[in-house]
Amino acid sequence: MSDRLTVLLSLVVWLAAGAAGHAATAAPPSPEIVGALADLTGDDADKREAAVTVLGRTRDPKWLQFLLALRDGSVYVRTDAGKTELVVGGTRATRGDQDVIDIAGAYDREPLGTVPLTELKEVAADRKLRLAIKPFLDAGETQVQLADPDPAVRRGAAVKLGNQAAAGAAPVVEAALKKEGDRWVRHALAEALALIHLTHGAPALRAAAARTLGDLHSESAVPALQQLAADTAASPAERDAAVHAIRGIERWGLLTRTVETLFQGASLASILLLMALGLAVVFGLMGVINMAHGELMALGAYATFVVQNWFRAAWPAHFDSYFLLALPVSFLVAAVVGLVLERGVIRFLYGRPLETLLLTWGASLIIQQGLRLWFGAANVDVSSPSCLSGGVPVMVGLTLPYNRVFIIGLATVSVAAMYWLLFRTSAGLRIRAVTQNRAMSSCLGVRAGVVDATTFAFGAGLAGLAGCALTQIGNVGPSLGQNYIVDSFMVVVTGGVGKLAGTILASAGLGGLTKGIEPALGAVFGKVAILVAVILFLQRRPAGLFATRGRNAEA
Amino acid sequence: MAEYSRRDFIKGGLAAGTALGAGLGFPHVLRAQETVKIGVLHSLSGTMAISEVSLRDVVLMAVEEINAKGGVMGKKISPVVVDPASNWDLFAEKAKQLLLQDKVAVVFGCWTSVSRKSVLPVFENNNGLLFYPVQYEGEECSKNVFYTGATPNQQLIPGAEYLMSKEGGGYKKFYLLGTDYVFPRTANKILRAFLVAKGVPADNIAEEYTPFNHQDYQTIVGKIKRFSSGGNACVLSTINGDSNVPFYKEFANQGLRSENAPIMAYSVAEDELRGMDTSALVGHLAAWNYFQSVETANNKKFVQAFKAYAKKANLPGGDKRVTDDPMEAAYFGVYVWKQAVEKAKSFDVDPVRKAVYGQTFPAPSGTIKMHEVNHHTYRPVLIGEILKDGQFKIISRTKGLVEPEPWSKYTSPDKACDWVKHQGTYQKKA
Repeated sequence: MSDRLTVLLSLVVWLAAGAAGHAATAAPPSPEIVGALADLTGDDADKREAAVTVLGRTRDPKWLQFLLALRDGSVYVRTDAGKTELVVGGTRATRGDQDVIDIAGAYDREPLGTVPLTELKEVAADRKLRLAIKPFLDAGETQVQLADPDPAVRRGAAVKLGNQAAAGAAPVVEAALKKEGDRWVRHALAEALALIHLTHGAPALRAAAARTLGDLHSESAVPALQQLAADTAASPAERDAAVHAIRGIERWGLLTRTVETLFQGASLASILLLMALGLAVVFGLMGVINMAHGELMALGAYATFVVQNWFRAAWPAHFDSYFLLALPVSFLVAAVVGLVLERGVIRFLYGRPLETLLLTWGASLIIQQGLRLWFGAANVDVSSPSCLSGGVPVMVGLTLPYNRVFIIGLATVSVAAMYWLLFRTSAGLRIRAVTQNRAMSSCLGVRAGVVDATTFAFGAGLAGLAGCALTQIGNVGPSLGQNYIVDSFMVVVTGGVGKLAGTILASAGLGGLTKGIEPALGAVFGKVAILVAVILFLQRRPAGLFATRGRNAEA
Repeated sequence: MAEYSRRDFIKGGLAAGTALGAGLGFPHVLRAQETVKIGVLHSLSGTMAISEVSLRDVVLMAVEEINAKGGVMGKKISPVVVDPASNWDLFAEKAKQLLLQDKVAVVFGCWTSVSRKSVLPVFENNNGLLFYPVQYEGEECSKNVFYTGATPNQQLIPGAEYLMSKEGGGYKKFYLLGTDYVFPRTANKILRAFLVAKGVPADNIAEEYTPFNHQDYQTIVGKIKRFSSGGNACVLSTINGDSNVPFYKEFANQGLRSENAPIMAYSVAEDELRGMDTSALVGHLAAWNYFQSVETANNKKFVQAFKAYAKKANLPGGDKRVTDDPMEAAYFGVYVWKQAVEKAKSFDVDPVRKAVYGQTFPAPSGTIKMHEVNHHTYRPVLIGEILKDGQFKIISRTKGLVEPEPWSKYTSPDKACDWVKHQGTYQKKA
């Protein structure tokens, strides 16, 4: 009896352990699922569709993840030693001359190593299959997304739920709100919840939801709130709450728009400043109209491209830090080319502005065509390091992109460094001396030639730096310089030749003005208006904002 | 021939590979047997070179393929490649030279609408024949041009329709954004008329243009953000070339995502994506008649052949080169012309033109058909989603071929084009 009991007990324990083991490790591969997976590897479209239904009906989040991967075309068939199995592909990479991919198990996503892409066959998700997958995913997808480790994805899902405002989603949003730690995702979830209540709740709940939305400054709620405010069937309390909320949201919208415009103006101003700074040094201090300035920027941009490729090939793990090296390298490359240009040709033409104009224009064509021959006519791709992609949400309805914040910082540092160099060092003193009176400085023992060369190289280096910064915003191609040169000259001329303060003020003014009138006039007429404004301004003050007077030797 | 190859060689730099090939190959051909001359009129330098060089490459590849199989009616094709250098006046000059001096049987060329408009009088006055391979704004129907790219109803409207459909997301607000020139302006005119006809209220349509090479999209993205804040909004973009990278970057950086506000692009194809950091574009959409990812046997052959050709001819990019919609249209244009010549048993323009009507060809995107009367092409319409590697995943495809409408029924319901029963464009009876 006792023996039998022991046997029975151990049997129960063994069974329980077995079941627990199963639950913890892998899906109990029911024959239905095994069959479905086999069908998926086959070519029969109807069978594949049926297989998707089988997997979707399990409502198992892991199978839903698998269907998501299938829809995105990252499910592959691997034939290994005669055994066919489905795997999920991950990150792709190029190793040597073949493309490799990380693969993982279909259900548990246990890593199965990295294999060449040629060993796998993609399970093509055609339209029919995707249509079969869609209903299962729509239900599961938002939930999957709400649990995503990336706050941006969670926030996107929350916004979507709010926009759909489906009554059934309320418990899901409430549950997510309880767990959420990120401030902005919480905000989006609270907004979504209030939107759902506003659409489907009882009158009291609706009034509360309207107040909440007002407190959340929710711009997306305005149409729904307007509807409520105009709804004669609603109670006065609700309508009051809605009207009040709309007023609050509009006030907030005005505030965000003002801050946004100010930031955009500052961002454009700092880009203009970075582009024009090098030109102002060369044009203002040396009287050389450097038409090759834009191409020096392009050289800086291509230097960034080359550095990026080094990092990609040699230190892929530290790819994000390539930009730290790219900044000095682009400065140096452009400075060296500038030095060669100055020592090679420009120095023979000082005091002859028209000839230097032609000469530097010729140089610009040579550099441009050189870039085209070396790197090809098509644009090249410069990836942003991850710390410069995306943005930081600073207030409701306003996200400041990191790359623009960075450029504002870079422009500030460049200007500060330049002031320090010109007004706090002896090299700067010599530059200013040669600028004011070349002959007298030479008499007093300043080596004017050396000063010229370093100043030109420095100006060129600043152009290179600007080119490096511009890779984070726009394209990199051989004609990059031409796109920016006109704006650079506009800033320098408006500011007044030879005055740094003028350049800074002009870029701030032009940047602010452009962004101030663009929302109203649109980009095309905004540009026209700016050019007209500059022309009118120069008619009144031909020498620019800060005219150089007095002790200039040439004046 | 030799003279032009040499000039290209010096001028283009890029043209080096093919010019070399032509320089070595064709004199031999010339001696060997009779040839027929065709003109290739694509910019090999200047701003449009980025796009048009690939079209020249693919036309020369088609010529090489045809010559390897014995040519057309026993004659080898000898291409005359000229470089109109992205200069619209030069386009007309070079076209004249091809027709009058070189006496070519047919010309394959042009990309921008302004270049096509500039050569149009030349072809019409001298009764030449031009195959034009790029999607365009329509409202044209020349007797001397065959349009192998899409008309508005074969690209613009299916793209918008997809976004309105349940499967596409059921979007209700549309932001029409374009570069300021004729194609986006006309395209948006048609799109707006279409949306209004479908019952979209005017408040839900916004329209905006930017200058060429516009780089600063802060303000516009801010506007789109507010426009889309209530959900249900999408962007229909005809932004051209260079401006796309700053636009998509700014779009992503200000926190807009393709799930909430997708961008449907009408001017971004694989060849443009080659020079872009695509991370910010992933998940957005494009509407075309062909993608490199089309899964047909013909297309696999086409893509492989082009990569092999680019490598062999030492073109920049080599076997990393990609194919796209205008390239496919340029490629099958050569074959359509060849078939028409063989059907007409003549190289003369008039019989060939009539023989083109109704011609079918197994193109990489599937079998296409030339229209029976209006000089355009029946093509399938595909919607693709941009992937990380700069390719498109095809997510929607029309059933069968879509009939081309040079005059959109939304903006010009009273006009149509027929070169058989009418003299080109005519007024429809009410």
